[in-house]
Amino acid sequence: MSWLGLKHHCKDITRLVSQSQDAPLPWLQRLRVRVHLSMCAACARFEAQMRFLREAARRYKA
Amino acid sequence: MDASAFAAEIETHRRYLMRVAQLQLRDRDAAQDVVQDTLVAALSGADGFDGRSSLKTWLTGILKHKIVDAIRRKKRAPVPLSALDDEGTIDDFDALFRSDGRWDAPPADWGDPEAALNQRQFFDVMEFCLEKLPPQTGRVFMMREVMELETDEICKELAITANNLWVILYRARMALRVCLEQHWFAGGARRPTPA
Repeated sequence: MSWLGLKHHCKDITRLVSQSQDAPLPWLQRLRVRVHLSMCAACARFEAQMRFLREAARRYKA
Repeated sequence: MDASAFAAEIETHRRYLMRVAQLQLRDRDAAQDVVQDTLVAALSGADGFDGRSSLKTWLTGILKHKIVDAIRRKKRAPVPLSALDDEGTIDDFDALFRSDGRWDAPPADWGDPEAALNQRQFFDVMEFCLEKLPPQTGRVFMMREVMELETDEICKELAITANNLWVILYRARMALRVCLEQHWFAGGARRPTPA
């Protein structure tokens, strides 16, 4: 499956998750992230925490 | 509310506004300028406050515009890229991962993090964590997440590439995640322990 880039591991996924908060990812990377998150509880948790961090930063000023 | 009571009410938020401005601008004089502008705008436009949002939210909204203006005016002095590079690289958080790229120190369970958003102490911890970031890194994070500037706008203001920006924001988010985990969410205690 390496042709689909599924060898991407958690470290790369965390970078892509962060990047996706700033710019839409190319579709293939978006797919890789989605597949990885569906199979990796730690990265899924990381992704939820990144969304929380954004929400917290926005509320910080309110 | 009469004018002097309104002015006194606004005055109680001055310190908060200074903290936000200073975190953002990293410059005491510039922070004082924008806070003064904000207070003047607030007092002269007192009718503009309709009481639907809290006074603090209203003031922060004005402050946000003043800070964006200040950043735009300072355009001629972008952050030198070297200052950002000095603050770290994309690899700074490699210790959290094993050599094969999988987690070595996976994120902890934060329980119900939304509940933290209703606690004032949580935001004290958040501020503590923001202040612990390297100065330029913290500033860029504030521009993106607190001022909600678009990425191309930040890149233009700071004369950096999108790639530079992603690396800086990644480092900021990784550091903040670890800091919040340690000081707020640790062990499910959800108690602030800023040191």
